[in-house]
Amino acid sequence: MDVTGNVLTEMGTARELHVLAVDDSHVDRKVIERLLKISSCKVTVVESGTRALQYLGLDGENSSIDFDSLKVNLIMTDYSMPEMTGYELLKKIKQESSVFREIPVVVMSSENILTRIDSCLEEGAEDFLLKPVKLSDVKRLTDFMRGEGKIAEKQSPKRRQSDNCTPSLSTMFSLTSYHRNITSPELLPSLSPSASPSKKSRVSKKIELC
Amino acid sequence: MDVMVQLQRQLFDYTASLFHEGFLDEQFNQLQQLQDESNPDFVVEVVTLFFEDAERLLNELTNALSQENIDFRRLDAHVHQLKGSSSSIGAQRIHTVCISFRNSCEEQNVEGCLKSLQQVKHEYSTVKSKLETLFKVRRSGPFLVRVLICNIEMTYGETDFGCRGVSVLGSVI
Repeated sequence: MDVTGNVLTEMGTARELHVLAVDDSHVDRKVIERLLKISSCKVTVVESGTRALQYLGLDGENSSIDFDSLKVNLIMTDYSMPEMTGYELLKKIKQESSVFREIPVVVMSSENILTRIDSCLEEGAEDFLLKPVKLSDVKRLTDFMRGEGKIAEKQSPKRRQSDNCTPSLSTMFSLTSYHRNITSPELLPSLSPSASPSKKSRVSKKIELC
Repeated sequence: MDVMVQLQRQLFDYTASLFHEGFLDEQFNQLQQLQDESNPDFVVEVVTLFFEDAERLLNELTNALSQENIDFRRLDAHVHQLKGSSSSIGAQRIHTVCISFRNSCEEQNVEGCLKSLQQVKHEYSTVKSKLETLFKVRRSGPFLVRVLICNIEMTYGETDFGCRGVSVLGSVI
């Protein structure tokens, strides 16, 4: 099976998603772990990029790691971390010439900085989530990973409208998440006028007004 | 029982007031939604982690601001962490003060930083006592006496009085 996200077996039953979460904040580690467990994922939480690379066997120490036994299907990393940022971790993973670069990486940040978001998406991040991460964010992500997203892509405008967006003071009128999903061209007019013109054509942004 | 209904109502009102007065925001609701029978103490656990984190950071901030040559970058890094974790549990007022705190760090404004530190310490101790009250009430089983103590706390909102009341009557129980 390929590890990018197609976790449906031939029988059509959903296999368990194994998510590696990386965050230096103890509070955030606890929250993301719970969010993922509630979404029926197997979770491994680490506190730094270094630890994440160690876990994946990419730290140069143990190059003969058996990836099959780890089977990490998704990596979710905080952006602002001491020593190694989430961006640097993302780059390291995407530079791997092996199954590792195929693992989708989602970056999370409490700061809504367009250039930061752009660089993460350009570097190959699957998505960029604004903290605090909500259950609806995680559910959307895991649904997509389990293949429901692939079906929903064709109807993606409808799916996005049905996203359960609970209004909150901190996220109202702010950009909540960005998708690197391949979407149909007619969705592009709905992009914010401030969208970066240097974006690759297949990258799209969505503003959720909750 | 009439008293239980009344007290449940008061608990509801107390929680609502925390939201209404801006101590807590939607994120706290999100955390409550993550709590269930399999994880009945989730909210308390996360908030406890926050308290530990916050206290450590407040110490670091106090330290950093008492230095001869203030390292504003380090200061900002700590405030950023506090801002993040307060946002993660929905401690809105702390989060708000952290925003202006960060601005002061950026401007290398010592006065502003000191003021923000004072403010954030105040907001932290306030929300801490309010959340502790909330958890105490929720933990109370159907034991009427304990519930009545919490009733007093909620009605008067004075944590000193409430805490003394609890410890005195706690020993009686």
